[in-house]
Amino acid sequence: MTVLLGYAFGIAWVDALIRLLVVVLTMTVLVMLLTYLERKVVGRIQQRIGPTRTGPAGLLQPVADALKLLGKEDLMPHTADKWVYQFATIAFFVPIFLGFVVLPFAEDIGVRVGLPLGLFFVIAVSSVGIVGLLMAGLASDSKYALLGGVRAIGQMISYEIPLVLSVLAVAMMTGSLDLREIVNAQDKVPNAVWQPLGFFLYLTACTAEMARRPFDLPVSESELVGGPQVEFSGIRWSMFQLGEYANLIILSAFGSIMFLGGYAWPLAGDAAWPVQVLLSIVKTFLLILVFMWIGATFPRLRIDQLMSFAWKVLIPLTFVQIFITGLVQTYDLPDIIMTVVSGGALVLAAMVVRRNVSKTGRRPRAERVAYIRARQAARAESRPLS
Amino acid sequence: MVIEHEYETVDLNINMGPVHPATHGVFRAVLAVDGELVVDVDPVIGYMHRGGEKLSENLDYRQGIGIQDRTDYLSQMNSEQAYVMAAEKLAGIEPPPRAEWIRVLCAELNRCASHFMFLGAYGQDIGTFGTAFSYAMRERERVMDLFEELTGERMMYSYFRVGGVAWDLPAGFERKVKTLLRHVLQGVNDFEGLLSQNEVFLARTRDIGVLTGEQALDYGLTGPMLRASGVDWDLRRDEPYSVYPQLKFTVPLGQNGDCWDRYNMRIQEIKESVKLVEQCLEMLPAGPIMPDKMPRMLRLPVGEIYVRTENPRGEYGIYLVSKGGNKPYRLKMRSPCFCNLSALREMCIGEYLSDAVAIIGALDLVMGEVDR
Repeated sequence: MTVLLGYAFGIAWVDALIRLLVVVLTMTVLVMLLTYLERKVVGRIQQRIGPTRTGPAGLLQPVADALKLLGKEDLMPHTADKWVYQFATIAFFVPIFLGFVVLPFAEDIGVRVGLPLGLFFVIAVSSVGIVGLLMAGLASDSKYALLGGVRAIGQMISYEIPLVLSVLAVAMMTGSLDLREIVNAQDKVPNAVWQPLGFFLYLTACTAEMARRPFDLPVSESELVGGPQVEFSGIRWSMFQLGEYANLIILSAFGSIMFLGGYAWPLAGDAAWPVQVLLSIVKTFLLILVFMWIGATFPRLRIDQLMSFAWKVLIPLTFVQIFITGLVQTYDLPDIIMTVVSGGALVLAAMVVRRNVSKTGRRPRAERVAYIRARQAARAESRPLS
Repeated sequence: MVIEHEYETVDLNINMGPVHPATHGVFRAVLAVDGELVVDVDPVIGYMHRGGEKLSENLDYRQGIGIQDRTDYLSQMNSEQAYVMAAEKLAGIEPPPRAEWIRVLCAELNRCASHFMFLGAYGQDIGTFGTAFSYAMRERERVMDLFEELTGERMMYSYFRVGGVAWDLPAGFERKVKTLLRHVLQGVNDFEGLLSQNEVFLARTRDIGVLTGEQALDYGLTGPMLRASGVDWDLRRDEPYSVYPQLKFTVPLGQNGDCWDRYNMRIQEIKESVKLVEQCLEMLPAGPIMPDKMPRMLRLPVGEIYVRTENPRGEYGIYLVSKGGNKPYRLKMRSPCFCNLSALREMCIGEYLSDAVAIIGALDLVMGEVDR
């Protein structure tokens, strides 16, 4: 697309506007497709058939949903912080959309391919969206939203670290932050083969980063009934959904670029651009389906389990991955060593973590109850009944 | 070093319910939380009070059966059984054997349906995004289809009568039940594969909301809640009624008294119920389904009686006072959920907010029965 319309007009702001339009339109259409896909896929997993009534095979369901949401009243709690509340949705989904800009879908197809700091850009903008959730949580003046917002912050800041560190190992292998170069370097073997541990860590951290099940604590429908979004309705609520699905697309596409060889593997980058685009799409959707599959079958973790999983399991493991990669790079060892050690570490970690998810260092219940009792006593003392 | 607090922190009061996905109907829990830590729980009930006991006083003994369907709307057959047994004992009516066997068959099938409802809802509480729910509903739906064929109703069966049952089993019913049992066992297997040994599920339910056997007895818990704490008590075996003495079954017991044990009790009880239904089908005698001499309008002698049955949720008791006439003078229902709910605070304090949801879910509340 850079070639197709990039400098067609020669005017900088027309060019920028067109690119912006491309981002917004592609993402919106993709998100609509994805809501349909999720309904169908999860429906199949749950032995249902999903939407069938709206259009052929229910294909118009996302349109019907969008129309319904547009027609809904835009409610706001009257004690809410008006400006923060209204700006929260935008602060949530705009940074997520921005991540789309640098992703290459073929050698020359993308909104702005070949950015030397592409990887850094994706990581940077994708973490800004958290602010939107915090704003929504605080401004709604709802206790559920507040708890959800606080959970979201804790979770996403924690999982940002393994996410960044796992792609760092890939950057170390390639020696570049340019996404196109990273893809081209995988024309023979995708990185997932060399770094199975890193790939797994990326998938796990992504699931948490997107607040999808089993890490959907900020939203947790059965506890916080929607978390930060609980007070939003209509089009504002749909912005959150848009952002969530956009995040799913971008992190999946990013994952396919980093670990599955993007458009290059297995055709070594020589294929015509439609084939390359097709390859990217197939890989992206493969990852999306994996996320949906995980999401439909796992129960939700508790907050202390979630945090200890990030800090005690994922982050140390990313260091293992980085260490192996560094070792192999520095001493010019054969890459197969990386595969063996990384895969071995993954299996070992899985065996250790299995059955130990609940060992989070949470104090025993007797101590927690004692703490509560002591605090109640202290409070009664400081404020005697009058 | 002691840090002097300049600001006073207060607990956050969260009003969970009466409209909340985790409260199974219209239960309301006012939670005081310190961050994620639950400091206090204040259960508020009564949103579904319909005066079932008072209504029963104005309905004759046949009409009163309908009230039993509506108190515990997930284990209708079991509740009906308690009610008709109370009236029968007071009147001195002996139901014919076939009727008794049909009753137990229906009650055990109903237990399966009720436990499936629990399993589905519990999966939803722990956060499986509907997969567990649809697995469980699939099997529950089969049971309900069968009951619909038998009684003409999907939920409010009103099938039992004082003295017997309303009508005989339709043709081919036994065969259909046999097919159903296969599906039910398959469903339980699916469920065990999906949840029972899932790491996350174990982490969320193991050692959560622990009650020792002693505590459970102190709070008057019954049913799976009590047995999960390791107390071996089942009315079907220890105070046998109807044809249960002739049936062979084991009573599953838990070791830890945590949420996982409570979940597992239901899984195991479904398996036991399947065995019971199989035996019922084998031993189902032929014969009448109502005694020969039943009065058109049943009038009970003066007296009072307490009858209890083992419902899916625990001990369901009917205390019936008659001063003659065709209506009860007073009808008291002892609902298991109401008593089980009393242990909520004991279980919740010191756990996290997510655990509170898991604990409330494990109670298997039916608010219609709590509020009556």
